[in-house]
Amino acid sequence: MEAESKVSPPTAAGLDARIPPGPIEKKWETRKFDLKLVNPANKRKYRVVVVGTGLAGGAAAASLGELGYEVLSFCFQDSPRRAHSIAAQGGINAAKNYQNDGDSVRRLFYDTVKGGDFRSREANVYRLAELSVNIIDQCAAQGVPFAREYGGELANRSFGGAQVSRTFYARGQTGQQLLLGAYQALERQVAAGTVRQFPRTEMLEVVVVDGRARGIVFRDLVTGRVGSVAADAVVLATGGYANVFYLSTNARGSNATAIWRAHRKGAYFANPCYTQIHPTCIPRSGEYQSKLTLMSESLRNDGRVWVPAQAGDRRPPDQIPEAERDYYLERMYPSFGNLAPRDISSRAAKHVCDEGRGVGPGGLGVYLDFRDAFARIGRKVMDERYGNLFEMYERITGDDPHVVPMRIYPAVHYTMGGLWVDYDLMSTVPGLFVAGEANFSDHGANRLGASALMQGLADGYFIVPYTVGDYLARGGLAKVDARHAAFRDAEREVAERTRRLLSIGGTRPVDDFHKELGTLLWNDCGMARSKESLTRALDEIPRIEAAFWKDLKITGSGEELNQDLERAGRVADFFELAELMCFDALQRNESAGAHFRVEYQTPDGEAARDDAHYAYVAAWEWKGSGNAPALHKEPLAFENVHLATRSYK
Amino acid sequence: MRGMATAAKPSAAAPARASRLGVLWTSLVGKKALMAASGIVLFAFVLGHMIGNLQAFGGPARLNRYAELLRVEPPLLWAVRIVLLVAVVVHAVAGIQLWLARRESRPVPYRRYAPTVSTPASRTMIWSGFLVLGFVVYHLLDLTFGVANPSYREGDVFHNLVASLGRGAAAIFYVVAVAGLGVHLWHGLWSMFQSLGVSNRAYTPGIKRFAVTFAVILGVGFAAIPLAVLFGVIGG
Amino acid sequence: MRIVLEIWRQKGASAPGRFVTYEVPDVSEHMSFLEMLDVLNRRLVEKGEEPVAFDSDCREGICGMCGFLVNGVAHGPLRHATICQTHMRHFHDGETLRLEPWRAAAFPVLKDLCVDRSALDRIIASGGYVTIRTGSAPEANAILVPKRAADRAMEAAACIGCGACVAACPNASAALFTGAKVTHLGVLPQGQPERPARALRMTEQARAEGFGHCASIGECEAVCPAGIRLEVIARMNRDVLGSLFARGEEAEPFAALPRTSPMRFFEAEPGEKVE
Ligand SMILES: Cc1cc2nc3c(=O)[nH]c(=O)nc-3n(C[C@H](O)[C@H](O)[C@H](O)COP(=O)(O)OP(=O)(O)OC[C@H]3O[C@@H](n4cnc5c(N)ncnc54)[C@H](O)[C@@H]3O)c2cc1C
Ligand code: HEM
Ligand code: HEM
Ligand code: SF4
Ligand code: F3S
Ligand code: FES
Repeated sequence: MEAESKVSPPTAAGLDARIPPGPIEKKWETRKFDLKLVNPANKRKYRVVVVGTGLAGGAAAASLGELGYEVLSFCFQDSPRRAHSIAAQGGINAAKNYQNDGDSVRRLFYDTVKGGDFRSREANVYRLAELSVNIIDQCAAQGVPFAREYGGELANRSFGGAQVSRTFYARGQTGQQLLLGAYQALERQVAAGTVRQFPRTEMLEVVVVDGRARGIVFRDLVTGRVGSVAADAVVLATGGYANVFYLSTNARGSNATAIWRAHRKGAYFANPCYTQIHPTCIPRSGEYQSKLTLMSESLRNDGRVWVPAQAGDRRPPDQIPEAERDYYLERMYPSFGNLAPRDISSRAAKHVCDEGRGVGPGGLGVYLDFRDAFARIGRKVMDERYGNLFEMYERITGDDPHVVPMRIYPAVHYTMGGLWVDYDLMSTVPGLFVAGEANFSDHGANRLGASALMQGLADGYFIVPYTVGDYLARGGLAKVDARHAAFRDAEREVAERTRRLLSIGGTRPVDDFHKELGTLLWNDCGMARSKESLTRALDEIPRIEAAFWKDLKITGSGEELNQDLERAGRVADFFELAELMCFDALQRNESAGAHFRVEYQTPDGEAARDDAHYAYVAAWEWKGSGNAPALHKEPLAFENVHLATRSYK
Repeated sequence: MRGMATAAKPSAAAPARASRLGVLWTSLVGKKALMAASGIVLFAFVLGHMIGNLQAFGGPARLNRYAELLRVEPPLLWAVRIVLLVAVVVHAVAGIQLWLARRESRPVPYRRYAPTVSTPASRTMIWSGFLVLGFVVYHLLDLTFGVANPSYREGDVFHNLVASLGRGAAAIFYVVAVAGLGVHLWHGLWSMFQSLGVSNRAYTPGIKRFAVTFAVILGVGFAAIPLAVLFGVIGG
Repeated sequence: MRIVLEIWRQKGASAPGRFVTYEVPDVSEHMSFLEMLDVLNRRLVEKGEEPVAFDSDCREGICGMCGFLVNGVAHGPLRHATICQTHMRHFHDGETLRLEPWRAAAFPVLKDLCVDRSALDRIIASGGYVTIRTGSAPEANAILVPKRAADRAMEAAACIGCGACVAACPNASAALFTGAKVTHLGVLPQGQPERPARALRMTEQARAEGFGHCASIGECEAVCPAGIRLEVIARMNRDVLGSLFARGEEAEPFAALPRTSPMRFFEAEPGEKVE
């Protein structure tokens, strides 16, 4: 059967994002003024479940607790402080204009919309730019040790090819420091008794009662106990789904289960096909590879990217004469050269490797060569700039970049897609809010560097606490507790699913299937997609999924800490998500940002957008296993930034 | 469930209400500070004591004159003795308490544990401590009360000294004991700066040099006397 | 290469544990240590046995989730690195490695190599923060922070909360972990108002959790993947003593500390060599 025809026709009526009226500069102010407030005396009576303790979840839980709500905070790691946000290195953007280089809220807004290749919602992006300023104030006050000038002011660096220097950073550990700030705020609330935290506890279902999100079902990962909690509102801040590709720069545990379960319960999933590839990661060294490590993009400022001109040239780099090297980025994009944007340089790398010119194990890598930089500015300066990165690279690969050129290869890094949310960050299930990377976010089809941390904290500190309050204040919430039938049913579902996974009794470990799925997606729904590859993937995925449910092997029981069981549950959801990603990529007959359809490119290989037909958010509705999902469109209007195609030639 | 426990777990009592001295003794940091403080007192004493003892090389008259000097002002002598006694008691009791508590902090020991950088001295403080304690007791019976002395003569410190250390066994025990003291101080003299919060990356190297230097000086300085007596250099 | 592993297997918190010997015949030197364990686990599952439970998440040395002793050394032989960052090229063919979980009264073993480190969270909850309301922060540059203070704070704040310091300490003391947070917040102007109370509360919480005292043994510093220095413990002790000796009234017991602390003198660190 022809894959596309499986997709039921989009509903004419788009989705209402409930964007406030008025000029874009006033929208958030207007919204905040219209918010209903909860009487302080009553706050304690409302219970909010926050799933996730990353920048978004940690900040939200801490702020909601501080406001006086009863907050329950969940994460699957053994401590809230270990959320994947901890790994972010580069920095966080804010329109402070401390460098006096002409930055402004409007410019950050503009850059983000443009960077997102005009597939994001203007009103949200503007609010994000506005709030970026408060984030830095908040974090500095928390004691986040941002880099400083000698005069004691905050330092900035420029990042991801932005013309202005607006990125704040804390050594190479910005995410860690921002997260610890949120974590400490959270622990403060735990001590104050407003927040109760549940580490090593995985959410496995959202419970919907009378059409509203009224709680979750969880599994205590240590005892295996399945339980549930009722609440008046649920906030999902469970991060991105890049691990659907098996190998990504995300932490091993990062997964889509929370949002996927919510999707199955009625929350629309938006733009699943927008997945960002990062060009500078350390290539995989073998089958056993369990995750990929990011190398800061800043390296591209001084490194030159090349591969042998001849396919199959297996000589060690130092024996390949200048004439037989192909500095392809410099050749193809003279003006940007080695600094060409993420998606462009990623595709170029894959392209040369597909031509058989890749280097290293499996020919999946290109050289990032610092030879000329060492010659030009000397080893000392270089080490000051990149010393720690060189060390990290050598620790992992055993090669010293001072001697041998680095080998890099693109890897999945971030997912712009996620659960659809309105201006209040509420999903299509009333009472279910989604924050951080888990929602379809403000990044459109492509995320600019240093803007995810910004979004996570904006959502967590400054948006969700207000909008959740508004939702609660509007009332209409019937009294519901965990004894309600809906909870029992959900718990039974979860228990049943666990039982099923354990009872398959096949022959292959869970990672096998995950790897197979990941490789398939990487090839057919990765950096470059085509109708053909996507259709193939849509036939393949169900096959692998079926094999999974037939031949999976998990040892141990469900009544104990069982890490294979945890992974199996997540992989099971990845199959369904992978399928949706392909549907989405297939219906989007254009190339936009990170979504590159080979059929839709300019003569010189640039992404060719089709604003006339595809300037919308694709929000998918779950129609039950086996049935094709239904597409709903949220049209995107660009009144403040004028649609323009980017060119990096 | 665990999450609940996380919240339920009592947080430390508000310091404002606890009595300072109480906290000083109960808190681990405070206790260590008291050990350091008493350690300083004891250190000062042994230093002075060693210098005094070295008078023995100047012959009977000289050492005895020094001993008398100590006794011209009885109240002062007793004051010193009381301070010393308090210091030893505080130091020893605290040390033993910490040593006992230490076992509760790791009820299940490692099957295999490999120290990387730490000195043996740092890991055996309690034993070097006990050695010193045991020595002091014997030492007092020997030279102060004379009961453990072969031929004790009230007031004739030099005689008592030579009489006691003339016996090889006693002399060797003395040497071993002061070696133990040296080891104790090797780590102790640096650790006390940590406990009092005085060390930092600027001072630490100097502090460590100080510790080693005085540990050696005291060890050697004290050991010299029993050895000298044994080989007849003193009183031969 | 071939690696022999003696791994602590323990079914659950209350179950008894023992060492079990496994052999991994085909280890590549490019594998990370944890990937080597993945390979072992894969084999175990195929043989129908239960895989070895061990914690990990980021696998790049920043989340602090991984950690166990390799031949008696926390995080294994590689200095300033977590076990997830340690690759097999640091071991030799035929080597026997003994893997043992963190052991401390405050870190109960949950299963195999997994332990419960929530005690560290409670230490932070007892005072490891700056009390500041969301949204009430002043303009960031209104409070200038000397670069040196910021760098110092960052050095200490780099702690990843892995617990190796506790594991390696003969006294199972959390002094390095606690000192790191006390120092991070203590050197910044934003941390001053709560500084005196903070150190005392946190050290008292550590005691309540069952962590031991610090005898300046220094194993913690040696195994710390984040390079936290012993001086943070001195600083923590300084703040605790400062708060105990502060001449303050009942109402605001510690408010006067930063100015009247007898320890003030040592803040200066004159003639310090900055590495
Ligand atoms: C290597 C790397 C470097 C990066 N560098 C930058 C950078 O320099 N600048 C930038 O702006 N962005 C960067 N990013 C992106 C950014 O770090 C993330 O997008 C952002 O941190 C996501 O935060 P979050 O709060 O949405 O989710 P996360 O931080 O991923 O938190 C997810 C939370 O949800 C919990 N969770 C998930 N599922 C469940 C479940 N089922 N039950 C219970 N709990 C669950 C987890 O335990 C965790 O606490 C980087 C990303 C990577 C991978
Ligand atoms: C002349 C006698 C002694 C001197 C000069 C001395 C000195 C010191 C010093 C300076 C320290 C370091 C304290 C710190 O770390 O803050 C120390 C530690 C210690 N002393 Fe003594 N000491 C003496 C006798 C004893 C005795 C009699 C005992 C009792 C058994 C003892 C037991 C200890 C112990 C156990 C420690 C380590 C405490 C810890 O765990 O950190 N010492 N000593
Ligand atoms: C080996 C070297 C030592 C020698 C030769 C020595 C000698 C003496 C002598 C002669 C006296 C009697 C003094 C008098 O009665 O006036 C004395 C007393 C004493 N010595 Fe030592 N001593 C030595 C080591 C030590 C050490 C290492 C300690 C402590 C750790 C110590 C602690 C004491 C004390 C506490 C007294 C009692 C002082 C008093 O009367 O109050 N001695 N010693
Ligand atoms: S101080 Fe070092 S060893 Fe201890 S928890 Fe922090 S990072 Fe781990
Ligand atoms: S090893 Fe332990 S004793 Fe102190 S110096 Fe480190 S905590
Ligand atoms: S797994 Fe994150 S530090 Fe090792």
